[in-house]
Amino acid sequence: MISTHVLAAVGGNSPSIPAPHIEYGQLSPMLVVFGAALVGVLAEAFLPRRLRAAAQLGISLVGLVGGFVAVVVLAAQGHASTRAGLLAMGSVAIDGPALFLQGVILLTAVLAVLTYAEGRLEPRINGHRIDAFAAQAAAVPGGEQEREATREGLRTTEIYPLTLFAVGGMLLFPASNDLLTMFVALEVLSLPLYLMCAIARRRRLLSQEAAVKYFLLGAFASAFFLFGTALVYGYAGTLRLGEIADVVAGTAPVTPALAVTTQNDALLLIGLAMLAVGLLFKVGAVPFHSWTPDVYQGAPTPVSGFMAAATKTAAFGALLRLFYVAFPGIRWDWRPVMWGVAILTMVVGSILAVTQQDVKRLLAYSSVAHAGFILTGLIATDRRGVAAVLFYLLAYSFVTLGAFAVVTLVRDSKGEATHLSNWAGLGRRSPLLAAVFALFLLAFAGIPLTSGFTGKFAVFQAAAGGGATPLVIVGVLSSAIAAFFYIRVIVLMFFSDPQPSGPAVAVPSTLTATAIAFGVLVTLGLGLLPQYFLDLATKASVFIR
Amino acid sequence: MSYLLSATCAVPAAGAVLTAALPAGTGEARRRTTKAVALAVSAATLGLAIAVAAAFEPDGPRYQLTESYSWIRSFGISFSLGADGIGTVLALLTAVLVPLVMLAGWHDADPAAPEGSFESKRRTQGFFALILAVEAMVLVSFLATDVFVFYVFFEAMLIPMYFLIGGFGDRAGGPDSARQRSYAAVKFLLYNLLGGLVMLAAVIGLYVVAGDQGQATFSLPALTDAISSGKLVIDPTVQRALFLGFFFAFAVKAPLWPLHTWLPNAMGESTAGTAVLITAVVDKVGTFAMLRFCLGLFPDASKTFAPAILVLSLIGIVYGALVAIGQKDIKRLVAYASISHFGFIIMGIFAMTSQGQSGATLYMVNHGISTAAWMLVAGFLISRRGSRLIADYGGVQKVAPVLAGTFLIGGLATLSLPGLAPFVSEFLVLVGTFTRYPVIGIIATFGIVLAALYALMLYQRTMTGPVKESVTGMPDLKARELAVVAPLVALTLLLGVYPQSLTRIVNPAVNDTLSQVHRIDPAPAHPVAATNGGEQK
Repeated sequence: MISTHVLAAVGGNSPSIPAPHIEYGQLSPMLVVFGAALVGVLAEAFLPRRLRAAAQLGISLVGLVGGFVAVVVLAAQGHASTRAGLLAMGSVAIDGPALFLQGVILLTAVLAVLTYAEGRLEPRINGHRIDAFAAQAAAVPGGEQEREATREGLRTTEIYPLTLFAVGGMLLFPASNDLLTMFVALEVLSLPLYLMCAIARRRRLLSQEAAVKYFLLGAFASAFFLFGTALVYGYAGTLRLGEIADVVAGTAPVTPALAVTTQNDALLLIGLAMLAVGLLFKVGAVPFHSWTPDVYQGAPTPVSGFMAAATKTAAFGALLRLFYVAFPGIRWDWRPVMWGVAILTMVVGSILAVTQQDVKRLLAYSSVAHAGFILTGLIATDRRGVAAVLFYLLAYSFVTLGAFAVVTLVRDSKGEATHLSNWAGLGRRSPLLAAVFALFLLAFAGIPLTSGFTGKFAVFQAAAGGGATPLVIVGVLSSAIAAFFYIRVIVLMFFSDPQPSGPAVAVPSTLTATAIAFGVLVTLGLGLLPQYFLDLATKASVFIR
Repeated sequence: MSYLLSATCAVPAAGAVLTAALPAGTGEARRRTTKAVALAVSAATLGLAIAVAAAFEPDGPRYQLTESYSWIRSFGISFSLGADGIGTVLALLTAVLVPLVMLAGWHDADPAAPEGSFESKRRTQGFFALILAVEAMVLVSFLATDVFVFYVFFEAMLIPMYFLIGGFGDRAGGPDSARQRSYAAVKFLLYNLLGGLVMLAAVIGLYVVAGDQGQATFSLPALTDAISSGKLVIDPTVQRALFLGFFFAFAVKAPLWPLHTWLPNAMGESTAGTAVLITAVVDKVGTFAMLRFCLGLFPDASKTFAPAILVLSLIGIVYGALVAIGQKDIKRLVAYASISHFGFIIMGIFAMTSQGQSGATLYMVNHGISTAAWMLVAGFLISRRGSRLIADYGGVQKVAPVLAGTFLIGGLATLSLPGLAPFVSEFLVLVGTFTRYPVIGIIATFGIVLAALYALMLYQRTMTGPVKESVTGMPDLKARELAVVAPLVALTLLLGVYPQSLTRIVNPAVNDTLSQVHRIDPAPAHPVAATNGGEQK
């Protein structure tokens, strides 16, 4: 524990604080991304404005791809399996799940950054290409300053370093091995996200409202998490996940202090519940989901896609590690509660999605429902469950990112036309785009031969194998409800008459096209030939303690 | 390893991709190329299916021409194909019907909107590519020997079917036909998707149960062997739950009363060709799967539920026929008639006698052929007048005698006139049911009487009587249409007088299925045998 080290150092009157041992090599994915983020900040400060957008895109891509290469190299060296270990004095764990999820997060972030840089969708202003982000985030919406900034064709290029910081936090989140590191990671990933939500170019008030909502609720969730940390520390006398597990299991050496605190199970149970609240908020599980639709709707669409994919992946990684590493000993206490949460999440997400009239809100509720499906895998509490969740997150991330990227393309004069009625007849105007979106919807619905089906099959069979058959049945029934609204959109696109003044489909640059194409590729690839990735997920499914 | 089966499935699949990728165009020449390519692909598929049937040895092992490719090892899934007698015959039926459906729907996908509008550009390609996609998926379903592979294609075929129903109507509907059609398509999809998802839970359940006993595989032969040899013992309660999960999906697809209500909408609103695809091809996957999966995997549960299912199928027989009599819409009439027929098929399967099940398998083929003839001719009729209402027709036989004649043959086949193919199968089903469940057999026989009513009344109201003004000058069948009807009529006659050509292939598989459920035919009620007669388990 860091604290004891520090105390010992002070108590021993030693002249210097001993430097902790840090394994830089194994932390390199995070270090590369954070480094790129810092370079991005410097670029923002020192580069002339006209160069910034391109430079920031380059820096971000180099950082993210570099981070991904580092993950692959680490995995190839066996850090996901035989050489998995605890780093940085035990506060970070690099093992299979961590590396797998870091890889997923980095890849989704690469695609998300590509959609950020899309400059062909908005009409040019004074010959300047502009993107989906506010001309000047600090300007008052509708004010003179904003008009001026818009006229000059300014862009909020700060979005890139913000994203990199968020990605850095997300990389640490599923890898953190003590509760404080986990909390720090949570904050590092959340704070940039709050900002990123607020800087949509169009409908700025909605965007800022979303950010405030997200910030307030997110701050509450963080506070819950921190309070939970304190209570669990009060129970176990340690923040390290593995040591908590030992105390919970009763295998830790009993000190006089522990003998007293472990008498009080309330500390442990309430603490765990509060930790879970903090994390379930991030994954958007019911009843902590209410921010999702507003935030997804208000945030700039590329950011919504990034959040829906990467944040969920990171948060589920942390949730898995928390439950599987720190609290497997009391799974009989938390499993029933998680059953309830999973059932509620699946049912509520699916049912509320049925009534949505806005594509982004629909995708938000669908992401809630999917959080429920993923939770069923988590409840399996065995290796198969972990592997299934990892695979599901991989499959889900790319479908989500692709779907949001498609949403950015359907536009009218007021920007993105996200109201569902605008999507009527899209299949007749732009058959290709509608077909791609239909593919993503079918994957969400879990139709065979798409990645969504393989993922759903994996989590359901893990859940059934783990004795949670009723969950599978609820899952299947809510899939049927969910299928209804996905199909409603397909009906609208293909079988309804287009509105005379309906939206046009903007022709994207290769950036967005690449992101969408990659989404399609992964969706079909994981649907048709999933074996390699299932193996990968299975190999990566062991947590180090 | 022979590649015949995978080729049979791959050719239409590749053809679908090819057809969809043909250059878009609105000109007549472009469209004709598309249609010719699609037709050629379906003809090639027919050739392959015939080759499969020719290579199939009735006295050989249950599954022949087997192929297996590892697909998802983590879940014990391999892409395995194998032809048994039942699957072979139904694959052949599919391959025969698809080119005829294409030929019948030759102009169904010609753009309704003005040339050059964005709607019309890829319409033809889409229509024919979807038909080929359905064909490929149905063929995989008939030939798959892996439960998971079957499930995947059983489910996936909903998507092209959905677009066929929702996207292409017969232009004879009312002013809000587009809305009606999209309603029918959604209803079709939701019913079947719900069924499929329930089945998914059962598929997972089966895998988990089998995995707990060291049989983590989806291979159907391996599972049935393990079950019949006692290596895999499924707890009776679990077995019943799993059976119901599978059966629910198949009963929606088949469709069995009371899960049938999507069928009249879907058949009524789609083109005649699509309606034939639904009732004669896609729905057969449901009844086929009852025979292969429900009985093979859950023999005890099948026996437990058989009486209840027989009652439902009996209701379906009578209900479908009665409602058919009251229909005003020709296509909906055919749809309800089909519901009645599906009742017979399911009854034949769950009577669990060899006559019943051979009869049911034959019934699937014969119903496919006779309904195709009836429905496609009805489609030709409807396309001439632009109305689906029976009341809009009258006296057609005086204006278009060939059309009326073939329509009559289709109708007579539907009411199981002796000498035509459906008679043989219906007779076998009734005999097979009667030997085990006399009362149900007797009541079901009334279905035949009702069939005569709806089939003949339809003919009488549309074809006989004074020539209605609206049908005067109605042209008779054209060469293309004759080319569609002639093979169907010929097959109806051929299989009516020589059913052995099919029973020879089907019977071994049926007997194998019956031995899996440990059922032997009840001994005939002969005075001497009466002492040890009755049901034997």
